Amino acid sequence: MSSMTDSPPRESFRLSQLIYDTRYRSLTIQVFTLVLVCIGIYWLGQNLLTNLASLGLQPNFAFLNSRAGYDITPSIGTWITGYTSAATHWDAALVGVYNTLLVAFLGIILATVLGVIAGVLRLSRNWLVSRMMAVYVEGFRNVPLLLWILLIYSIFSEALPQPRDFREVEGAVSAASMTWGAFAATNRGFYMPAPVWGPGSGVLVAVFVASVVAAVLYRRYARKVLFDTGRMLPMLWPMVVIALLPVIAAYFVLGQPVSLSYPELAGFNFSGGLRVDNALLALWLALSLYTGAFITEIVRAGILSVSKGQTEAASALGMRPNRTMNLVILPQAMRVIIPPLTSQYLNLTKNSSLAIAVGYADVRATLGGISLNQTGRALECMLMLGLLYLALSLAISFVMNLFNASMKLKER
Amino acid sequence: MKNSVLFGTLAMAGLSAAAASAATLDDVKARGNLNCGVVTGLAGFGAPDANGVWEGFDVDVCRAVAAAIFGDENAVEFVPTTGETRFTALSSGEIDLLARNTTWTFSRDVELKFDFIGVNYYDGQGFLVPTALGVTSAKDLDGATVCIQTGTSTELNLADFFRANNITYQPVAVQTNAEGQQQYLAGACDAYTTDASGLAATRATFEAPDDHVLLPEIISKEPLGPLVRHGDSDWADLNRWVLNALIAAEELGITSANVAEMAAAPTNNPEVNRILGTEGEYGAMLGLEPNWAVAAISAGGNYGEIFERNIGENTPIGLARGLNAQWTDGGLLYTPPFR
Repeated sequence: MSSMTDSPPRESFRLSQLIYDTRYRSLTIQVFTLVLVCIGIYWLGQNLLTNLASLGLQPNFAFLNSRAGYDITPSIGTWITGYTSAATHWDAALVGVYNTLLVAFLGIILATVLGVIAGVLRLSRNWLVSRMMAVYVEGFRNVPLLLWILLIYSIFSEALPQPRDFREVEGAVSAASMTWGAFAATNRGFYMPAPVWGPGSGVLVAVFVASVVAAVLYRRYARKVLFDTGRMLPMLWPMVVIALLPVIAAYFVLGQPVSLSYPELAGFNFSGGLRVDNALLALWLALSLYTGAFITEIVRAGILSVSKGQTEAASALGMRPNRTMNLVILPQAMRVIIPPLTSQYLNLTKNSSLAIAVGYADVRATLGGISLNQTGRALECMLMLGLLYLALSLAISFVMNLFNASMKLKER
Repeated sequence: MKNSVLFGTLAMAGLSAAAASAATLDDVKARGNLNCGVVTGLAGFGAPDANGVWEGFDVDVCRAVAAAIFGDENAVEFVPTTGETRFTALSSGEIDLLARNTTWTFSRDVELKFDFIGVNYYDGQGFLVPTALGVTSAKDLDGATVCIQTGTSTELNLADFFRANNITYQPVAVQTNAEGQQQYLAGACDAYTTDASGLAATRATFEAPDDHVLLPEIISKEPLGPLVRHGDSDWADLNRWVLNALIAAEELGITSANVAEMAAAPTNNPEVNRILGTEGEYGAMLGLEPNWAVAAISAGGNYGEIFERNIGENTPIGLARGLNAQWTDGGLLYTPPFR
């Protein structure tokens, strides 16, 4: 008898294994669910198209090339694109995108500054300061953002003087006057001097950029010297000198290429200078204050997550409290702060679509508001808006993830 | 098991969605009331009174249609819509009829797939400015800030007018008439522009209406009328002929006071008899009771009565009939004959 080496019988694959064999079951369930989800999405999409077809409407993006026909309040978007009512709906959408980007960018910066300051102050041992921050947080967090936007906007339009109040009346004091002859706060917007870029101003800008870079390089050098030798070079005043002196010198050498244009009352409104729309200001302030309140709590949580031993250790080394905060606590707190901070940035960006309440021409107001209304292409406009906000959010997430990775605990 | 239930639910939803677009009249009858889209608040045209009861020139069109269908002028659910939401509300079926000072234009009729059932107010776009501004013509408004309701045809007219006259302006976009009024009174804009009738109605609600003046220029034609969705011609016909009945009633001297008496027995005028259902089967052809027009006219009176009560010269709004007089009086109101 020859001994046979029994290999376990190779079972042929049976269909019932898909359900009864634990090796395959989870796979089966996943595939089945995926197919169901796809069918569901297909069914919904098909339903939409059928219903639209029965109304005689076919999805069609050709309207983007037709004349928009409406005017948009002057803003950064109209300035960049040179928009007029003769431009297309696509251009109007672009104007909106620029305006959305502007308010989101400004909002993120101000909200972060407010949030970090208020978050640190909220932990202050000074009773009044910490209570005031608590009032700020609770006041803004617990009232709908839309109300804050409308409130700030109506304060601007009701409380500030009209441009014609600035008119000088013979033998009488005019109702309002400009600050230093350069700034005017009206119920239509804030006017301020604007730079006029003459010939040679490109060189000036280049000099400015170069000297800022030089200042940063000096800072690196000073740190390196400090870490290598322990010798502390002066930091602040050399940086200021390096950054400013060449620019001031170049300004006069080039014959003062940049001048200022001042706003002046002409006709119904101020002309010249820079005009910041009240709608933009109201939206920016409300978004920043609202989101800043949430960031305050995130910062506070982040700081509290750093163990007290770190503070004590820093004190034991003889560090002053503000250095302890900047060099020991905040860098460690950042790891807790950044992920929820990202979602606040996303919220702020998406909340900027409330601009419509104050007539700020963001992309929701141009593409998703006026263009949609004038063309009736609701599905197309909403689809584009959805994709745009998705792309914007993913871009912010991407940048914040990079930042997060750079702040992560680095193991050596 | 669960999945089949899910599919069943989805299939049911699909079927009911398909059925919704069939016969609007049947849906309205089954529901027991008419869903009528109106303005969010414009004195004289559509606004709730102190008790929350909607009243106004456009609102009375809704009431007349409801009365023609149900014999009850209060069988209406009023849905306030803004310039932006009105068309979506109508095409999605949220409302059956939109009576909200909406301008009849080619693109709304053809491209947006709506049926305008007639014109209940011939209007034009005007400008309202404070008297103190010293402006006497819209062409003096170079560089002015103008409040404008977004998503309206007036927005496009405004851009075209300033462009054609080679003058500039800064638009301030507002959502509703109330917001426009607030911005205008706060001086955030120099001029407010919308349909001249709307401006008159808005001015009437000011504390000092005499401090504000309507500029002489009328920069556009704005035939305002109620509208319904494409695709249900029976429903469009019903609404069209209720509106025509109101206009014809004024022409033929049928008022809310004498309609019951005239409908009691056939009169000498066959057209009156056909409208009031004492002759012919016109109600049945529309899918309504024979006395449909009697109910519609009893609800708020004929066109002239509705006009005088809501926006006429004896109201704070004080609009003259002007273009909106009967054709026999030199106006544009001219209904096709009931025969």
